[in-house]
Amino acid sequence: MFIIGERINGMFKDIAQAIRDGDPRPIQEWAIKQEAGGARYLDLNTGPAAKDQVKTMRWLVEKTQEVSNLPLALDSTNYDAIEAGLEICKHPAMINSVPAEWPKMERVFTMALKYNAAVIGLAMNEQGIPKDADTRVALAMELVAAADSYGIPMEDLYIDPLVLPCNVGQDHGPEVMQTLRQVKLLADPAPRTVVGLSNISQGTKKRELINRIFAAMGVANGLDAAVADACDPELIEAIATARIIMNLDIYCDSYVELYRKQQK
Amino acid sequence: MTFRAVKEKYRSKVGEVILGATKSQGGTRGHTITVGGESALPFLHFEGEIPNRPVVALEVRDVAPTDWHACFSAYYGDVFADPAAWAKKCVDEFAADLIVLHLEGADPDGKDASPEDCAKVVRNVLAAVECPLVVFGCGKAEKDNKVLPAVAEAAAGENLLIGVAEQENYKSLTAACMVHKHNIIAQSPIDINICKQLNILITEMNLPANRIVIDPTIAAVGYGLEYGYSIMERARNGALQGDSMLAMPMIGNVGYEVWKIKEANSSIEDFPGWGQQETRGILWETTTATALLQGGMNILVMRHPKAAALVKENIAELMQKSELEN
Repeated sequence: MFIIGERINGMFKDIAQAIRDGDPRPIQEWAIKQEAGGARYLDLNTGPAAKDQVKTMRWLVEKTQEVSNLPLALDSTNYDAIEAGLEICKHPAMINSVPAEWPKMERVFTMALKYNAAVIGLAMNEQGIPKDADTRVALAMELVAAADSYGIPMEDLYIDPLVLPCNVGQDHGPEVMQTLRQVKLLADPAPRTVVGLSNISQGTKKRELINRIFAAMGVANGLDAAVADACDPELIEAIATARIIMNLDIYCDSYVELYRKQQK
Repeated sequence: MTFRAVKEKYRSKVGEVILGATKSQGGTRGHTITVGGESALPFLHFEGEIPNRPVVALEVRDVAPTDWHACFSAYYGDVFADPAAWAKKCVDEFAADLIVLHLEGADPDGKDASPEDCAKVVRNVLAAVECPLVVFGCGKAEKDNKVLPAVAEAAAGENLLIGVAEQENYKSLTAACMVHKHNIIAQSPIDINICKQLNILITEMNLPANRIVIDPTIAAVGYGLEYGYSIMERARNGALQGDSMLAMPMIGNVGYEVWKIKEANSSIEDFPGWGQQETRGILWETTTATALLQGGMNILVMRHPKAAALVKENIAELMQKSELEN
């Protein structure tokens, strides 16, 4: 499992301020810090404050690429902004995200094919986030079929079962885990899976602990990637250890250090 | 939907290691040999590239062996006392790809040759053949830590492959290979975890991963070959899935393992049902080697010239792409 660094997001005050001021420094500092922490992608989200979404996304891509060679995950509901970013990405990027809805899937999968980008597909539609695993899996399969019909290879499709904070939607936890398992069983080749990891601990008093445990449980259930805090060394350690226990990596005494190194 | 053949896609590949150095590269070899580089499981040409064929080395000793079966005298008897002539014969007459020199004479319980004398033998062998050279110590760590750095220094620039480094004793050999620019054999006792850890320890001393060859320690057919084989399989799968600390080419001492077992050495008089001793030994060594090829072995260190020839034939066949490719 790898980490998509979550920190360059206009929802954070320092990034919102940087976007308003046109000051690239906080963005570049977080890019460098997250890369050093072990992120394999950097998520870029303009946030609601940005007036011109298209321009802001291009600016974020430019400024991030000045200091980091990591591929980018362009995070927006504004597909024009995503396309503007994709045009100038140096490495194949990731589109974050598309729900199981037409015509959104058409726009996103066409764009993904054109720019050789991966896609995060959300297991939701016009009716919102499903309550149970079965509905999530059904929507995931719609995404799989749609992506396949556009010729998107399954290793470029990341299904997000959608995580809710454990203090609000506690009953969603087991449904998310079951969805992760089912998605891997029902399609062959199976798509990849991703979660917005930090959502699980939103509004709680034990954020890092909950994130780490959730990540480890995710690995055990087939989770491939997470939009998460790349600067929490103990999160990386938990993931590295879960990978050993699931026999995904071969054990050696320095497995944690090696896992961190191999993310680069 | 149109039919698509299901092929494994791998994230990564085995690293390439270059052995030897020509004059323009600072050595005196006639050519170099590259091992590794495969991006698929052994010989599955349709799933990836197998850019370099496995190579067959023949074994040479610095002192005449006393424990080899008499059948070897017919091939090496005239050169047993002269490692340089022995090496030359292996290349000229028996078509060895490279020479593996065992410095048995350094053994403190044997001839106890000095590091300087050992280095001299290495220089003599280098002068006698043009192919790259692999050098093993006597296997006693304390003495090897004196002998192998001396060898590394005397052969500076030749880009040797020197062994062995072990988890409890890797620092002096790694340092010598760093300073004098040689490759190192990292040996682990049929243990994938130690194998990986040792590679990490060596690279942490700043010897690059593309200068390491793994010796997983193998055994002959019938003597636990499958244990080493399963370690090799895991290492290869790990390498192809992106584990850089298992992505090194591998070497195996086939001849040494086979020619110490009774199936290779016992006479037909002792076991009338087993057939002629020499034919049996050749086939045992060949079978062991060809099994290891399927596990991903890159450098086979062999002893009997006829077994070596059979294995080279097998390699040539395996390197031809199958019809599946088209």
